[in-house]
Amino acid sequence: MADPDPLFDFIIASARTLGLPMKTDWLPEVRANLEVTLKHAAVVAEFEMPDDAEPAPIFAA
Amino acid sequence: MPSLRPSSRPKPAPFDTSWSTATEIAAAVTSGKTSAAAVVEDALARIGERNTVLNAFTVIAAERARARAKVIDAAAANKQKLGPLAGVPFAVKNLFDVAGITTVAGSKINRALPPAKRDSPLIEKLEAAGAVLVGALNMGEYAYDFTGENVHDGASRNPHDLTRMTGGSSGGSAGAVAGGMVPLALGSDTNGSIRVPSSLCGTFGLKPTYGRLSRARSFPFVTSLDHLGPFARSTRDLALSYDLMQGTDTDDAACADRAVEPTLPELERGLEGLRIAVAGGYFQQGAFPEALEALDRVAKAAGASNEIEIPEARRARAAAYVITTTEGAALHLDRLRDRADKFDPAVRDRLLAGAMIPSPLVVKAQNFRRWYHSRVLELFKSCDAILAPATPCTAPKIGQQTFNLGGVEMPVRANLGIYTQPISFIGLPVVAVPVTLQPLPIGVQIIAAPWREDIALRVAHALEQMGAVVAPRPSLKVSA
Repeated sequence: MADPDPLFDFIIASARTLGLPMKTDWLPEVRANLEVTLKHAAVVAEFEMPDDAEPAPIFAA
Repeated sequence: MPSLRPSSRPKPAPFDTSWSTATEIAAAVTSGKTSAAAVVEDALARIGERNTVLNAFTVIAAERARARAKVIDAAAANKQKLGPLAGVPFAVKNLFDVAGITTVAGSKINRALPPAKRDSPLIEKLEAAGAVLVGALNMGEYAYDFTGENVHDGASRNPHDLTRMTGGSSGGSAGAVAGGMVPLALGSDTNGSIRVPSSLCGTFGLKPTYGRLSRARSFPFVTSLDHLGPFARSTRDLALSYDLMQGTDTDDAACADRAVEPTLPELERGLEGLRIAVAGGYFQQGAFPEALEALDRVAKAAGASNEIEIPEARRARAAAYVITTTEGAALHLDRLRDRADKFDPAVRDRLLAGAMIPSPLVVKAQNFRRWYHSRVLELFKSCDAILAPATPCTAPKIGQQTFNLGGVEMPVRANLGIYTQPISFIGLPVVAVPVTLQPLPIGVQIIAAPWREDIALRVAHALEQMGAVVAPRPSLKVSA
């Protein structure tokens, strides 16, 4: 039965793509963690940065 | 062979070392008041007794320690000059390589690895100064933890209340020092793993500037955030051990090419001339009353009345969270693929989620990191040190899953470090200092500009001299 929750679908597709195991009973906790992380990522992503902003680690040849 | 058996030949030292500082022990060994062998036997006996309840040690390296003590005592007998840590027992979080012992990093998976061939350089430096390694310490699995609980080795227990957490992930390190088993221990801090257990156990802890101490031959977690540092019961011991561990190391790509900058000579300079501010805003939101009381006590003692806002700290914590879970997932990707069922489920589920975060969100977190770094450095033009809580509360109960943070029920495991993460995110040096509240201690962070460990230590020492901060001795009852 298809799960209507897009995050569950995303987790299952990501696990398959990345070759990661994903047992059914792991799904709720993985989903909860993914949701929290995405919320944190959204807090960061909404912050306006100039196009020329450099990421913290810079490669030096 | 390393073992977990108590020392079979306890021999009391001529004087009580059970709550002595490293500095005091080294002075006693150097003066001939006691011997390294006596001190080590005393420590091994105490570890054997107390570890049954504190669960701080996962390996007791008794034979190695005895052999090392013998070398020191032979040097003393030959009138050779002894090092500044002569005869001082110390222990390390079990993610440090110890020759002959497998570096488990709190995991079950790593137990299949061969024993380490060589000690971590920080162990080598401390032993070169006369210190004696007595064992390896319990930690949260792969350092992804703020509780000190470990599903494979059991929870390390808080010496001030055995039903409570030590904090993590360097839980064994804080428990061993606070529980009087060793005067000095090493741990790691990626998001707060030195400062959180220091706070909950009432020890002093130093998280140096990112890149200051070599992380070579230690098991990583998030290489762009990982730091190593000491725990002790006095600021002098922190400064002494830190000074001895400094130095460039090409075996660690992040280790800075800087000359050793000794802090010990600066320790007694007091607070005069220092501008000390208190972090407001984010750093006081959600804190339990005890965290605010501790902060207030330290601020008053330090004469810090000026409150400053660290800009975008909440966002910094969010970015640290994203970088941690994604870099951690990258490190463990193969292990997740092949041996996912051998992880602590709580760690596994966080790492699996981390593996699925789209990369643009990670890059944005790194972009923000650079911006935040430059803004926070601006603050140090108008102040020399910033005070902030180390944890939002005193030690929660072992097994406690949630706590109420600012009116919201939140998971303990992920949120004990809300005040430490925005600081380690940009690698600032911090000394966590213990405030003795009843019934449990709690820590305050003294934060300085990059490479100014001397200032953070100097402030901590001045507060210690005033009696405002002290590592409280637990009334630990251990039945034989």
